[in-house]
Amino acid sequence: MNTPLLNLSGLTKAYPGVVANDNVSFEIQPGEVHALLGENGAGKSTLVKMIYGLVRPDSGQMMLHGKPFAPTEPSAARAAGVAMVFQHFSLFDALNVAENVALGMENPPPMGDLATRIRDVSTTYGLPLDPTRTVGELSAGERQRVEIVRCLLQDPRLLIMDEPTSVLTPQEVSILFKTLRKLTTEGVAILYISHKLEEIRALCDCATILRLGRNVGTCIPRETSARDMAELMVGSAFAAPKRAGRDLGGVALELKDLSATSPNTFGTSLKGISLSVQRGEILGLGGVAGNGQDELLAALSGEIRSDADAVRFMGQPIGRLGPGPRRKMGLLTAPEERLGHAAAPDMSLTENALLTGAEREQLMRHGFLRWGAAEAFAHRIIEAFDVRTPGTHVAARALSGGNLQKFVIGREVLQRPDVLVVNQPTWGVDAAAAAAIRQALLDLAAGGTAVICISQDLDELMEISDRFGALNEGRLSEIRPAQGLSVDEIGLMMGGAHGMEVAHV
Amino acid sequence: MDLSSINPILLLASLMVAATPILLAGLGELVVERAGVLNLGVEGMMITGAICGFAIAVETGSPVAGFIGAALGGALLSLLFAGLTQFALANQVASGLALTLFGLGLSALLGQSYVGIRPPPTAKLDIPLLGDIPVLGRIVFAHDWMVYFGLILTLAVWALLKLTRAGLILRAVGENHDAAHALGYKVVRVRVMAILFGGACAGMGGAYISLVRVPQWTEGMTAGAGWIALALVVFASWKAGRVLLGAYLFGGVTVLQLNLQAAGVDIPVEYLSMSPYLITILVLVILSADRSRAPGSLGRIFHASS
Repeated sequence: MNTPLLNLSGLTKAYPGVVANDNVSFEIQPGEVHALLGENGAGKSTLVKMIYGLVRPDSGQMMLHGKPFAPTEPSAARAAGVAMVFQHFSLFDALNVAENVALGMENPPPMGDLATRIRDVSTTYGLPLDPTRTVGELSAGERQRVEIVRCLLQDPRLLIMDEPTSVLTPQEVSILFKTLRKLTTEGVAILYISHKLEEIRALCDCATILRLGRNVGTCIPRETSARDMAELMVGSAFAAPKRAGRDLGGVALELKDLSATSPNTFGTSLKGISLSVQRGEILGLGGVAGNGQDELLAALSGEIRSDADAVRFMGQPIGRLGPGPRRKMGLLTAPEERLGHAAAPDMSLTENALLTGAEREQLMRHGFLRWGAAEAFAHRIIEAFDVRTPGTHVAARALSGGNLQKFVIGREVLQRPDVLVVNQPTWGVDAAAAAAIRQALLDLAAGGTAVICISQDLDELMEISDRFGALNEGRLSEIRPAQGLSVDEIGLMMGGAHGMEVAHV
Repeated sequence: MDLSSINPILLLASLMVAATPILLAGLGELVVERAGVLNLGVEGMMITGAICGFAIAVETGSPVAGFIGAALGGALLSLLFAGLTQFALANQVASGLALTLFGLGLSALLGQSYVGIRPPPTAKLDIPLLGDIPVLGRIVFAHDWMVYFGLILTLAVWALLKLTRAGLILRAVGENHDAAHALGYKVVRVRVMAILFGGACAGMGGAYISLVRVPQWTEGMTAGAGWIALALVVFASWKAGRVLLGAYLFGGVTVLQLNLQAAGVDIPVEYLSMSPYLITILVLVILSADRSRAPGSLGRIFHASS
């Protein structure tokens, strides 16, 4: 066998209180698509940061092309032929495409030449881009093209991709895969990080699975079932959520031609959204990130006001009401961003419980706080949702993503909402916690609550929702029964391929 | 009231002089804010530069040495701010305000023995032919060299930000420091250098007041010029050309209202005194109505998490 392109042996990296990587070893061959699998917190990000020179390993060795490789900074890794597409984009909103690309290159050519090269490479690989556009105005899919083109311009030997498909429609994913296969025929190796198992089975030649920082197994994804890979990742079997038959009640929430301007410069405005949810129903809203999800949640929670009649709750116009009155009536929301939007990071769990529960749980009397009652409420959430924390006095920031998410969702569920709107309820949450949260939403609907679940995880939406719609550039697609929808139909509802084409090389 | 006593040529000529201190300080703060740091200590760095420049010019007899000393003094004071905000991760607003208070006190201490002295005069650039052009010559080509230095600095800052890779990296750090870090740029190093540049510019702006504009040393003599420079940067939408425009507008209205006061115009003095602030802000607010916005990471504390 040839020398492997990259050989990792015994890589270890510890942070105070946690070992992120413990003696991880594997190798990648030229032209191979190698998957790195694992749950959030399994150490995938730390591992690729070491390869990209952002983090230095405590011990262990890396070999690139058979030679020792120890990049001290990203520019050294880039010079050695390692390129990386980041999960949270490393892009600059106020700069244009060409400037963003130049920042990721070692020796960028003059701007004029660079623009021409960007046009060439992007059309060759079917990722059309206009170098003069401001990145902040691009869609999530287009932003990712910027990242990929930036990498391709450096003729990488190893391309690291961290969760690249979370912002793409199914059509875009299949085109991206064709582009990646083209690259591998040119000898480029790809280290592909994801937790979407079906994707990995479709694309990758080999998979390394990390759990709690350790390499717990290698497999050939094509010959392994998704279920087996999931159990390797989690380390144990877990129960899939069950849905029971439900009787639908009257219409609980209705939107009629709701339009709203986004409060953010680079946000997406809502354009003529109409929908209705009945009691006992779960409405799933999909769509690629940045297509109006945050704005829709804000319009429902009352952070963005609209015409009074555009939002009707139990038949009453509430478009002009703010978040407080809406909560009091029974319309509760849980936004996507856990730290800073759904919860105040530096406040204790008790205080966070107070923040949204004060009205409905009577945690306030004559303007004074009832600390005892608030603490009891926080305790109830922790018990009912199995939040792992030393106590209610702990700051929200100190909880892991999954635990805080369980707390945030539990806080709303326990307030017995008539309508609950959640945005990305299981984003960045481990599989067991995600299953528990989905079960809680199903149980809530079974009790007669109308639930709107906004999510980018299509599997999740198919699992729990009764009807499905998709947001695309601030507009809502037709809403259809979720059962029997094919992946292709869902992709088209999300806006299809957005102009992406198959590579022309 | 005697409006004929106002000489329009002298008025336009003194406009450039009146504008130079806030132009210099504003350009420095522009670079600092483009790197994502909000330094509210401009006033403190200006007054420190004013006394450092004054003292060194008096001791050495050389105004050039004075301006260099002022730049060093301002930069040294800003280093304190850099240490607090970039290494100790202190709040930028509080640190900046503290820097202003500290600078005012420090300058008063340093300046005790320099009250009532006249500094050596700063040379006027005698540009041969150009200075002899009838009207234009007096207005544009008969100033001290610092006025032209301010103009060149405007051009240099514009070119740095717009045309060079260093400028691109600086803007990237100010726009999204996490992304810049992920790409391997040294966020803290870039910011410390920007802060030092801002301090040096503010120091020279202050020295221009004590060495040319007034010229003598008085406690608190910058009288809010640093705050004007700060406001100017925001209303100029973080663009060098508009800082120049704003500074000249402010300088122009200041000189004009002084002349009007002297001519005894029948408007209460208080209204005349506030007019430069009102008019400058009004014009720049109208200009900034386009879609320009603050650098994305402005005022946010950067801490490399990995």
